[in-house]
Amino acid sequence: MTTLPKTTSAKKLGLVIDLDTCVGCHACVVSCKGWNTENYGAPLSDQDPYGSDPSGTFLNRVHSYEVQPETGPAQLIHFPKSCLHCEDAPCVTVCPTGASYKRAEDGIVLVNEDACIGCGLCAWACPYGAREMDQAAGVMKKCTLCVDRIYNDNLPEEDRVPSCVRTCPSGARHFGDLGDDTSEVSQLVAARGGMDLMPELGTKPVNKYLPPRPKDVPADLDILAPYLEPVSGTQKGFLGWLDKALEKL
Amino acid sequence: MHPAGSVILFTVASGLGFGMLTWLGLGLPDARGWAAFFHYAVAFALAGGGLLASTFHLGNPQRFLKAFSQWRSSWLSREGCLAVACLLVMGVFALGTVFYNTAWQPLGYIGAALSILTVFATSMIYAQLKTVPRWNHWSTPVLFLALSLGGGGLLAGQVGLAIGLLCLAGALQLFAWLSGDGRFHERGTDVGTATGLGARGIVRAFEPPHTGNNYLLKEMVHQVGRKHAVKLRVIAFALMIVAPLVLLMISSSVLVICLAVACHALGTFAQRWLFFAEAEHVVGLYYGKR
Repeated sequence: MTTLPKTTSAKKLGLVIDLDTCVGCHACVVSCKGWNTENYGAPLSDQDPYGSDPSGTFLNRVHSYEVQPETGPAQLIHFPKSCLHCEDAPCVTVCPTGASYKRAEDGIVLVNEDACIGCGLCAWACPYGAREMDQAAGVMKKCTLCVDRIYNDNLPEEDRVPSCVRTCPSGARHFGDLGDDTSEVSQLVAARGGMDLMPELGTKPVNKYLPPRPKDVPADLDILAPYLEPVSGTQKGFLGWLDKALEKL
Repeated sequence: MHPAGSVILFTVASGLGFGMLTWLGLGLPDARGWAAFFHYAVAFALAGGGLLASTFHLGNPQRFLKAFSQWRSSWLSREGCLAVACLLVMGVFALGTVFYNTAWQPLGYIGAALSILTVFATSMIYAQLKTVPRWNHWSTPVLFLALSLGGGGLLAGQVGLAIGLLCLAGALQLFAWLSGDGRFHERGTDVGTATGLGARGIVRAFEPPHTGNNYLLKEMVHQVGRKHAVKLRVIAFALMIVAPLVLLMISSSVLVICLAVACHALGTFAQRWLFFAEAEHVVGLYYGKR
């Protein structure tokens, strides 16, 4: 049934993404594409990959934004975006076939691809652009939170996290139970003021974003300026002589 | 939103078809025999043909039977169930009027109610989406219903009813356009709330995640043709509302009614194209586009 679970699960697995440390390398995008092409469900296809108009299905994409504060220099913020596994997921309730569902046990939002007719309505209902229709398979693809890794006893324990988290070289991605106040991710959210995306739409995302920390602002940015002042008319010594000599030429 | 031809054809044709079935179910006109046959043939062709067209944009249409299963939560599923129920009930009702010269009227009333509910469910597929502020408003279902019943009234030859309903639809359409233009802004969702960075300064999309196109941009960030929106609105309104009204004032002969129907249908196609093309999805904010 594509109704949401009646009670919100105690366990809310999700990601915490640190906008302060993300360097925008897109390694998570590549590892996500790799893992999810080789494993769960239909592969993430590409269309015209080596031609003039390449496009393809991705479950995770990294945007970059410029933020211009009222004073001071602009800041560049890299912004990875994937499914937020919302508690009140609008993509689930619109599904006509029951393919789209939210798991009662851990809150992961998944698509049963065998039941998906590829109508695309769930992608319309998602404010975050987290769902993409695979153009080859004709079914909706989305982040599974690497459900085939996190419970996989065949993998070494350190690999039982989503592929993007395992890959991130700057430690900007964290995985854990956001329903448990004592978990590392929950503490991180509490300490850093983790935020929701588009909270006004009432989707109650599980994934949280940690805002960039305030940057150090030196009292005087031009610390070298005194040494770089132009040669003045009252210069003495060798420079004074040179100045006068050049003036006369 | 991308104005997909199959979805435009579906909403226009099935809207007219179910609107016509509503009036036929109410016995307006109370046709019998061959006359009833031709009336029902047109109504079923439009309603059924529209539903068939809606399957053209599916990725896996062979699994369509599953779409009848989630009526508890999904407006799309409800629409499918209601449409099939309506066609079955009205099919039996039509048999009575065509072959037995009898109107099994309770069935007709049920069929009429199901027709109205089907059109309502269609409109709610769009009106439920908070992600598309222009659609997410009570005016969407009311306008769909007024156009369906007005156009259906034209097809059923109910001149008086059609004139009244088209006037109502015209007023609703103007209201929907004018109030819809500012709704994206009114809802307060912008790139600042989308990224959570709005309190820090002016947020600007600096670099997109990919240099090429993708499904999200093709499907939900359709900007082509919006520049002609005002001209198209005038054309749509003139054909959909004004032309049929003027024609019906002049005469109510069968030929003129047919001409009015043709004008109305053409205008509704333009209106529905605009309904999609002008609708802006909030996901465009992530790309610095609307």
